Amino acid sequence: MRMQNQRRVYGETLVELGRENKNIVVLDADLSKSTMSCLFEQEFPERFFEMGIAEANMISFAVGLSLTGKIAFANSFAVFSTGRPFDQIRQGVAIGKMNVKIIGSSAGLSDFGDGATHQSVEDIAIMRAIPNMTVISPCDAIETKKVVRFAAEYNGPVYIRVSRNDVPDIFPEDARFVIGKPVVLREGKDITVFATGTMVYEALIAADRLSGLGISVRVVNVSTLKPLDEESIIRLSEDVKGIITVEEHSIIGGLASAVTYALRGKGIPIKTIGINDEFGQSANTYDELLVHYGLTADNIIENAKALY
Amino acid sequence: MTIPQLEKKAKEIRLTIVKMVGPGKQGHFGGSCSIADVVAALYFYKMRHDPKNPKWPDRDRLIFSKGHAAIAQYAALGMCGYFPEKELWNLKELGSMLQGHPYLHKTPGIEANTGSLGQGLSMSCGIAAGLKIDKNRAPRVYCIVGDGELAEGQIWEAAMSASFYKLDNLTTILDYNKLQATGRIDERLNTNPVREKWEAFGWHTIEINGHDMNEIVESLDSAEKVKGKPSIIIAHTIKGKGIPFAENNAAFHNGVMTQEQYETALKILSEQGAM
Ligand SMILES: Cc1ncc(C[n+]2csc(CCOP(=O)(O)OP(=O)(O)O)c2C)c(N)n1
Repeated sequence: MRMQNQRRVYGETLVELGRENKNIVVLDADLSKSTMSCLFEQEFPERFFEMGIAEANMISFAVGLSLTGKIAFANSFAVFSTGRPFDQIRQGVAIGKMNVKIIGSSAGLSDFGDGATHQSVEDIAIMRAIPNMTVISPCDAIETKKVVRFAAEYNGPVYIRVSRNDVPDIFPEDARFVIGKPVVLREGKDITVFATGTMVYEALIAADRLSGLGISVRVVNVSTLKPLDEESIIRLSEDVKGIITVEEHSIIGGLASAVTYALRGKGIPIKTIGINDEFGQSANTYDELLVHYGLTADNIIENAKALY
Repeated sequence: MTIPQLEKKAKEIRLTIVKMVGPGKQGHFGGSCSIADVVAALYFYKMRHDPKNPKWPDRDRLIFSKGHAAIAQYAALGMCGYFPEKELWNLKELGSMLQGHPYLHKTPGIEANTGSLGQGLSMSCGIAAGLKIDKNRAPRVYCIVGDGELAEGQIWEAAMSASFYKLDNLTTILDYNKLQATGRIDERLNTNPVREKWEAFGWHTIEINGHDMNEIVESLDSAEKVKGKPSIIIAHTIKGKGIPFAENNAAFHNGVMTQEQYETALKILSEQGAM
């Protein structure tokens, strides 16, 4: 199993895009060495804007750049790139459908040591609530690359969630990314697990182990959280005993909310795994935190058994 | 255009503002009338722009960071012919191209969505920086900010970035009318001293009487010649200028005219030879 770093691949993809398209511009708010937008800065200093620790200005400045035909990628940690400039995103980016891409780096609990202030449990919820916003949470480095390319080609606002840590490859290199399409990674007939981002891998492990117990689990990668393909969600839920959603995010406003809403009135048994309306905290390791909040294959297995 | 002609345009803008809003309806008279002279000088003297081709890449841009004063811009855009004059009379009606605040994709000639105060200057900086990347294009960016708006921290973030990136293709005009929505800035939340602040943030500053057309025109010309830093024209103005009952009256920030006041305003502005 190959591990790759999502944010490094993100930074490298920006550089590739920068070579192909001179309209790509990149902004950061003094976190370029963490978000890896520093790779773009090294190669294209004239198209990189260090905005200082001033996220509000960064977003509105990016809007201005987009108004001159640039494709602007604005970077910071997910807590800061969505939280601090919410109004700038809403008013400036979204209402006018500006060609601005907002990167939520070190998303979820992935900045494990820094604690609640730096761990984003509500970034997807905030971004999903905004009309005109596309919200994507890629599950591995390969998908990240495709998603960043999609964002550059798509003319409009996009939010991309990027983890800080190494994540296992799930997709083959030549996999295609189709916006809005949930991807069935593994077929199964008893339970469907809808997972997003880093939790997709946990879902696959759980499915493997459950098959040993005689429970057949379908695993679906829902990287596009908005627009959500409700039809596929329904189709992939109606032929099983129950479904589980898994996300490294609050159960409010993220995948759980989106999927349960899509399945409203269907009477399908649903379990939601995520962060239960609380903040994160510091830990020595990322895994420790995932265990603490139940974001593990083990917990998926327990929930699947309960549904079976 | 000569100075007297520009002065006439400014009066016409004020008259149009009064007619657009009409009696019995709320409108941002105060901050729109205070900046009317500057707006006239920009659209009818200074800016290179083409109402028949609003997206002409080489046009100069005007962004109202104090987006609530959009009616001053709408009046000028209508007078320039960006859209048929009749659109002016549909202001803020359902489906109208003239929204309560500037709306890029609905109104020809509007350059950015503003209305949430404090953001338009950052957008203007981004536009100025974007135009500088394409070095063959050197249009100018004009941005109008309010003195109450200066309380927004983002203004100063933008101010720092503009001087850091040497955005000398950006001229900001401060509508220094000393009033915000609820009263005098020095009694509500004092954003003074302004000139010293902008200088400390690395800007070239020019202080003028914002109702003196000669001074407006000269300051716009001289700002253009400054190299290596952005410029701000601190235009001393009177909120509600030209409408006696609105002048210096915070209550007319977003006021409603009675029928009587409406007729008074029309009479005074028409007598001044606006039309
Ligand atoms: C972020 C934000 N907060 C509040 C408002 C409501 N508001 C609209 S205009 C205004 C006062 C603006 O004062 P100033 O900048 O001095 O403008 P002027 O007096 O020239 O109209 C306020 C508080 C707003 N539009 N945006």
